[in-house]
Amino acid sequence: MNIVLNGERRTLDAGSTAADLLKDLELEGKPVAIERNGETVRKSDLPTTKLADGDKIEVVTFVGGG
Amino acid sequence: MNLRIGKHEFTSRLFLGTGKYPSPEVMAACHAASGTECVTVAVRRVDLNDKSKKSILSWIDRTRIRLLPNTAACFNAAEAVRTARLAREALDTELVKLEVIGDEATLYPDLAGLLEATRELARDGFTVLPYTTDDLVTALRLEDAGAAAVMPLGAPIGSGLGILNPLNIRIIKSRVKVPVIVDAGVGTASDVAAAMELGADGVLLNTAVAGAQDPPSMAAAMKQACEAGRLAFLAGRIPRREFASPSSPKEGRIGT
Repeated sequence: MNIVLNGERRTLDAGSTAADLLKDLELEGKPVAIERNGETVRKSDLPTTKLADGDKIEVVTFVGGG
Repeated sequence: MNLRIGKHEFTSRLFLGTGKYPSPEVMAACHAASGTECVTVAVRRVDLNDKSKKSILSWIDRTRIRLLPNTAACFNAAEAVRTARLAREALDTELVKLEVIGDEATLYPDLAGLLEATRELARDGFTVLPYTTDDLVTALRLEDAGAAAVMPLGAPIGSGLGILNPLNIRIIKSRVKVPVIVDAGVGTASDVAAAMELGADGVLLNTAVAGAQDPPSMAAAMKQACEAGRLAFLAGRIPRREFASPSSPKEGRIGT
């Protein structure tokens, strides 16, 4: 299936969860958060949140700012 | 007395940023020198092409410093609310420095969007610190909408122009019950002292330290200015007068 991850197309295995995606990206346990189609995914819901074809996913972290 | 914002208590009344420092090491030195207990961070997409970069958070001493995620560069309420929710999930904090920007050149806030986002985030359990203009009516409405503090600007973000409208800051302070944190505009230490002398409960700054020629020394200066300004405010300044009033007695001069 294809998703849009941080504005770029990406192919994932069918049935992938939000937790799988973070693992693929080597971001497990890092200070990141994930949004699926405009809704923040709660940490506790990462393993049960199944991604679907066409999903728009944002993965964010923190940078310097004022 | 300590500063309380929502459920958070601070000994230091100085809030610093984490942007524009020459290096993360210098940033950490500035945070330490300033005595700050709260710093802002920005939320951005993970750089998927360069995951080797160390997180900015690893240079922040979180045993002493609380994180205040911001919604910088959000141009409407919906974006700001989404950004705040992401930050809460990543950091386990309900604190948010809420920015809803209305104009790119001045970075002045969109006050209608700011009110809307404040209301929604406060209802959702956030401790909302909205970055606003120095307008009293907006400050009152933000308080009404559930803001835990109001953060009027002293001057445009990053301008270093100082506290351009001291009267408005004082008016806001005299009317809202939540803490007033002057956010943006500071150029040097005396600006922090001036804000605190007006009765502000705290000052948030970034560029004035990060962009100084010797950032850690400026951070130390800001700490002293913040403490001096607060002390002067509490001490109660003398009234301003138009003419001189001698400090030495007029009586007993020789030859009289």
